[in-house]
Amino acid sequence: MIAEAGLAALWLAAALAALQFALGAMGLRQGGDTLLPAVRPVALVQAALACLAFALLILLFLRVDLSVALVAANDHSAKPWLYRFAGAWGNHEGSMLMWVTILSLAGGAVSLFEKRLPERTLIATLAAQAAIGLGFYAFLLFASNPFARLDPAPAEGQGLNPLLQDPGLAFHPPTLYLGYVGLSVAFSFAVGALVTRDVGPAFARAMRPWVLAAWIMLTLGITAGSYWAYYELGWGGWWFWDPVENASLMPWLAATALLHSVTVLATRDGLRAWTVMLAVVAFSMSMVGTFLVRSGILTSVHSFAVDPTRGAFILALLTLYIGGALALFGLRVGTVKEGSRFDVVSREGALVVNNLLLSAILGIVLVGTLYPLMAEALSGEKLSVGPPYFNAAAGPLALVMVAVMAAGPLMRWRRDEAMAVAKRLALPALLVAGALAALLALAPSIGMLPLLGLILAGGVAAASIAPLWKRNLRRTPLFIWGMVIAHLGIAVSLAGMASDSAFTRERLVAARLGETHRVGPYTIRFDGVEPVVGPNWTAVEATLTATRNGRETLLKPQARAFWSPPTETNEAAIHTVFDGQLYVVVGKADEEGRWQLRLWWKPFVTLIWLGGAMVALGGLLSLIGRVRRERRAHGQEAFA
Amino acid sequence: MKAKHQRLSLALIALVAIIGAGLLAMSALKDQAAYFYTPSDAARDHVRPGVAVRLGGMVQKGSIRREADGVTIRFVVTDGAEAVPVRFKGIVPDLFKEDSGVVAEGRFEPGGGFVADNILAKHDERYMPPQMAGEMHRSESLKK
Repeated sequence: MIAEAGLAALWLAAALAALQFALGAMGLRQGGDTLLPAVRPVALVQAALACLAFALLILLFLRVDLSVALVAANDHSAKPWLYRFAGAWGNHEGSMLMWVTILSLAGGAVSLFEKRLPERTLIATLAAQAAIGLGFYAFLLFASNPFARLDPAPAEGQGLNPLLQDPGLAFHPPTLYLGYVGLSVAFSFAVGALVTRDVGPAFARAMRPWVLAAWIMLTLGITAGSYWAYYELGWGGWWFWDPVENASLMPWLAATALLHSVTVLATRDGLRAWTVMLAVVAFSMSMVGTFLVRSGILTSVHSFAVDPTRGAFILALLTLYIGGALALFGLRVGTVKEGSRFDVVSREGALVVNNLLLSAILGIVLVGTLYPLMAEALSGEKLSVGPPYFNAAAGPLALVMVAVMAAGPLMRWRRDEAMAVAKRLALPALLVAGALAALLALAPSIGMLPLLGLILAGGVAAASIAPLWKRNLRRTPLFIWGMVIAHLGIAVSLAGMASDSAFTRERLVAARLGETHRVGPYTIRFDGVEPVVGPNWTAVEATLTATRNGRETLLKPQARAFWSPPTETNEAAIHTVFDGQLYVVVGKADEEGRWQLRLWWKPFVTLIWLGGAMVALGGLLSLIGRVRRERRAHGQEAFA
Repeated sequence: MKAKHQRLSLALIALVAIIGAGLLAMSALKDQAAYFYTPSDAARDHVRPGVAVRLGGMVQKGSIRREADGVTIRFVVTDGAEAVPVRFKGIVPDLFKEDSGVVAEGRFEPGGGFVADNILAKHDERYMPPQMAGEMHRSESLKK
């Protein structure tokens, strides 16, 4: 019954999405004004129904209802409850249902909270949101039904991919999807404003909090995903330029550019067409990412079953929505009047450069991600594009961008003097020179990119605090704090990346019992191995004692063997201290009874994710600050 | 007039940036894309040593040897017709065994041997990436 109720809720939600679109489209025509008030409640009910369907699917997974095909294929009664719960979205159908649920929730949130947009633009926005929803409801109902029954029901489920059996599964996909799909709001806003020819500062101020919210979630989701891959895969790396990672990075790059251009539009009424374009591109990248991950043409723990019709379906949706939005943009861009002017040396100028660099990096990542697919489709040649390409092509641009990021906030809006800016940058520049000298003296053999990364991180950290200089800190608006912390976060993260790639020490050894090995500042003694049993796995657990300056730490890395489905995974043992992490993986024994151990000492690697969290926190402060200011400005009318 | 100039110069800068990024991407792609070879492909095409490629085939029976350091292994990848000796330092995946499919990521040495940075072995079908499955299928189909 639960499965049927879920399916019914899904169909009803799809029907309401159709209604929402139709009401909006007809209401916007001449004489249709009477229909407009109906759109908001329809959006809310649609969101509620989608949530109900998703909640019912989770319930099915918690109860391990094996008469449902999806549950039978991915659930197992021996799994701990957290993985039965989160396992609901650890598969193709469930994750698409989560996607659609968040899409309709975003629409519902807009209809509930958005009070600044003019009525007609809001209705057009909700109609656009419903149009996106329709396509993805159809995808679920016709090509990925999560509630399909299985007859006869098997005696036991097949279980969840062991790599996914980690608390990260409860956090990473939902936050990432909230960001990913949250960008649909920006897309719908852009479409709505193009339809009603309403692109201007008021539109930008209304859109900004939504973009910020999605961007915060995306930042959190990517940061969490990176840390998860780092500790779960046991490879000691935190970013692999895997196409699926790129699929989340591309919307982030576009959203970051959008976040900055929307500020130019809101504050200075510039970059109108460009901002609208970016809003379309950002969510388009989310859809491209969905296509890459969910169509089955790729390649990782993220892509589940392979079914060619699904790929074709998503590709069709993708073409329809991106093509439609771009066509609308092409038709209407002539009516978008260009806003006010500004000098090249100005805050706007710096933001334009930031946007161009972000777009260029986006292009590089997109080309590198799609190239293997294109090459195989066109010439049948099999190839892969990996870190050497991405680091070489995107790395230098990213460093230039970070340098511009240091200067931007120190410039005035509209026009500024190059000399004055240089003066404001004097202290950070001095720091950069000092850091360069110190690094060259202390670590002469350091690579070019890490070297530049480290010195830039120092300079940018100083420059990003500079906007607070001579301000009354207690009266500094919250969104300035947000900007400072987010930019500082980038510097912190950059420092972590550079330090990890420059100073990591790695040892691969075959260790006998009682042997010691050195890595970085640690001496590690191999004390033995013993078998351990978990709820749905068995493991070999090694015991190691790491000593640094006389202080001992116990490390217990495991090599786990899951029995349903039969897979082996490595559980790294990670010891975190203030100046880095010790990361240990246990491998296999050889004929002589030696165990392979992989030991890493990674100085300041934790800064990478700390920086990511700071960026998200900065976004949050900025969001709160903006919303509060808008409320105060519009106080009476908003609450009237 | 000024507005027009400004928009023109912005468009120009954007164009230059995009073309520059495109060129950068293309040149990097040319050098850095890793192609997939079977031992026969590699023998025919004379792959340049030092270029990152993927080598796929079967692990020849009785060819896996562990060196004295306990962490370096040597084995031979074959497709029935040609064979390539491979050296790998690291922890091999659990499903890596003789007479079974393997894809090695790495580069050829001047002497004709192959140094692998990473080894991908036949994996549970359900979680096998499609490209890998395709390559593995090609490797497995060589087994007769």
